[in-house]
Amino acid sequence: MAQVTEKVLDSRAPSGPVAQQWDKHKAELKLVNPANKRKFNIIVVGTGLAGGSASASLAELGYNVQTFCLQDSPRRAHSIAAQGGINAAKNYPNDGDSVHRLFYDTVKGGDFRSRESNVHRLAEISNQIIDHCAALGVPFAREYGGLLANRSFGGAQVSRTFYARGQTGQQLLLGAYSSMMRQVAAGKVKLFPRKELLDLIVVDGRARGIVTRDLVTGKFDTHIADAVVLCTGGYGNAYYLSTNAKGSNVTASWRCCKRGAFFANPCFTQIHPTCIPTSGDYQSKLTLMSESLRNDGRVWVPQDESDSRSPQDIPEDARDYYLERRYPAFGNLVPRDVASRAAKERCDEGYGVGTTGLAVYLDFRDAIKRDGEDVIRAKYGNLFHMYEKITADNPYKVPMRIYPAVHYTMGGLWVDYNLQSTIPGLFVLGEANFSDHGANRLGASALMQGLADGYFIIPYTMGNYLASNSLSRVSTDHPACKEALIEARNRVEAILKVNGSRSVDSIHRELGHIVWNQCGMSRNEQGLTQAIESIRALRDEFWSNVKVLGMGEEFNQNLEHAGRLADFLEFAELLARDALHRKESCGGHFREEYQTAENEALRDDEKFCYVAAWQHNGAGAEPTLHKEPLSFEEVPLATRSYK
Amino acid sequence: MSDMLKLKLRIWRQPEAETPGAFKTYHLDGVSTEMSFLEMLDVLNEQLISGGEDPVAFDHDCREGICGTCGVVINGQAHGPDNETTTCQLHMRRFRDGDTIIIEPWRASAFPVVKDLVVDRSAFDRVITAGGYISASTGSAPDANSIPVPKDDAEKAMDAAACIGCGACVAACKNASAMLFVGAKVSHFALLPQGKPERKRRVQSMVAQMDEEGFGACTNTYECEAACPAGISVDNIARLNREFIGAALSSDS
Repeated sequence: MAQVTEKVLDSRAPSGPVAQQWDKHKAELKLVNPANKRKFNIIVVGTGLAGGSASASLAELGYNVQTFCLQDSPRRAHSIAAQGGINAAKNYPNDGDSVHRLFYDTVKGGDFRSRESNVHRLAEISNQIIDHCAALGVPFAREYGGLLANRSFGGAQVSRTFYARGQTGQQLLLGAYSSMMRQVAAGKVKLFPRKELLDLIVVDGRARGIVTRDLVTGKFDTHIADAVVLCTGGYGNAYYLSTNAKGSNVTASWRCCKRGAFFANPCFTQIHPTCIPTSGDYQSKLTLMSESLRNDGRVWVPQDESDSRSPQDIPEDARDYYLERRYPAFGNLVPRDVASRAAKERCDEGYGVGTTGLAVYLDFRDAIKRDGEDVIRAKYGNLFHMYEKITADNPYKVPMRIYPAVHYTMGGLWVDYNLQSTIPGLFVLGEANFSDHGANRLGASALMQGLADGYFIIPYTMGNYLASNSLSRVSTDHPACKEALIEARNRVEAILKVNGSRSVDSIHRELGHIVWNQCGMSRNEQGLTQAIESIRALRDEFWSNVKVLGMGEEFNQNLEHAGRLADFLEFAELLARDALHRKESCGGHFREEYQTAENEALRDDEKFCYVAAWQHNGAGAEPTLHKEPLSFEEVPLATRSYK
Repeated sequence: MSDMLKLKLRIWRQPEAETPGAFKTYHLDGVSTEMSFLEMLDVLNEQLISGGEDPVAFDHDCREGICGTCGVVINGQAHGPDNETTTCQLHMRRFRDGDTIIIEPWRASAFPVVKDLVVDRSAFDRVITAGGYISASTGSAPDANSIPVPKDDAEKAMDAAACIGCGACVAACKNASAMLFVGAKVSHFALLPQGKPERKRRVQSMVAQMDEEGFGACTNTYECEAACPAGISVDNIARLNREFIGAALSSDS
């Protein structure tokens, strides 16, 4: 169906043993003279962990950084909601961890669809991140001796997760934000809050700037720089209901894709097993309960599907602790994709609980009996509090009800080893790129990756780019700037002109239904083919019948949402198309046609051991598939087993 | 099972900063008690859009109580009636059938209205820029365990660092004081050994910026603590005062 190129996409990963690649590469990267750094301007889009840390560290080096975000303040990006923790290979607990083990676990956890060289670098850098964040005043959990505390998390057999209560993302983000604000004070970072990227400016094949819309005044502007760093997060809101913030969107990535950046593995989406179930059709988002809860909580459903007793009254021998039953070695701590599918399987078979039947129990009874309520409160107090606020149930007394929800997207813009996209000068960091998590991300790895990219990788690779290329002067009068500006403005005007009868939200919900039902936890050829048709029809519906009130030149949240939805409607087709083309099951991508007799994912390493990077060929045209072959030299290809 | 509520909403409508605003009344039917407060506003907005009326603008993002983006005054209380609860985490089961709910933006001259319930809180960012950081450049840190932090200090620092920067403290204060916000950030760093080298400069500079932004003085009414969704204690204001006086009495400059 899709055009496939014969040309192989080159990751530009260094040669040699994987453990020495990053050191070798750093030694070979070109440097910009300290006095010359101030001559370069860099645009950073997004102020989550990746964008905040990149802005801070690039400015510390002396570059002039312009940082954009769509929130009212750069302290609010959705990294802030990450709860559980951040991994590092410190081996402080003396339990056998090492850089190699973190690397190994991450490659295996990603179901052998990530790039070994990138993952090894991530594991190496993990320790520096903890050092740096402690120096910035991040209040990590500590032992009585004053040293850092660790816990095991999300399928790891060692305790390598550092945390700040259930608010690790918040504290790490505030750390990055505070260093960025220090650079604002130093005059090296200029902030542009409430500004949304609506296009990328490409001059002579290089990324040289962006077009933004001011969300307060509606005014369009062009901004020019020597390089652009995109840190704009994932696309989970294609599903409408997800654990993402309401403002999270694919627009920045998608607009860059339309300008020539390839989009890699969009079908690798993560469905998180422990979220609060939906309660009604007005539901606007789903709330995650950190998977750290699975360290002490036990997941179960009644053995008898007609058992309608309240959970506390169901005796031990009438409960099915299905994760412990199916995966005795890892039990409740199996990776996210495995836990999610197991919950769906039980509910599909009719064993689900709660009013909708789309929930399983996460029970702390035994942990409270063993450790006492105070210990459990100290570990998870804020999560229990949040759960009670949303559901009005007290999880100290009644088991939580949980169900999987869209949480993270492993796919993203394709980047090489330097985190540069297929457009020279456009770098992509954090969740917005595809690079480190393969087909499934392990818990406590997203924070690690965002900060590794921003604090410790881009400062090196950006210097190399700027030192290796002589960039011509570009002004906002350049035809490419004017063209991008006009296109962005026309698009907004086109949305306002439709003047139909359906609200933006209702179309977005419908898109979410299509993608969740046919491109969610399990997928098949017929459903995906149907999804593509339905998405196209819905896109036509949007452009002929959407209703957006008000004007462009004002604060207009409905118009913002409409613009983002328009991009989701184009992007979702690529997501489904990628899922359709990948005729195997791996990580978060489960194709019903490809499973073992025990219903586990069946990978096809012969045919699909590659990164699928899609090139946009214009609206309605078939995208071109480029392949980056993956080779596994350090971690031999093996079937994941958590039994 | 959820019940359905019929509500009368009185909402502050203001098209833009320079145009005067006014309350407008709306009737909303079929509000499920399982809805969050913001989902109730979503439902109202769908109703307004279908009737051709401009939807109510309000700030929100994570909808799980951590980003600090949302926040409105509900029946005179910042973030509404529940303790330690952001507007997005407030649920409609807290209200009764037939209730009238009055919804306003944060009111403070340092937080000018942008539109309807949306305000400009960039003053907080400027206060942080004045000194709310530890000057540690990337790459220069020693091993994280080389600086032990007593557990109690780390816990207290975390209590203060939990501030979500929503501005409810300012909105709840009759003087629109930002002492709780500034106290939380100053305390977070003052309690940690990493924050000690800059503590005097930090507190003086942040307080100067706070005054510059037009936030009022603290008169110890503790409304800020009562309204704070992150449970930030007024002890942080006491610590801010001690830090400030200590810095003034012993400053080298």
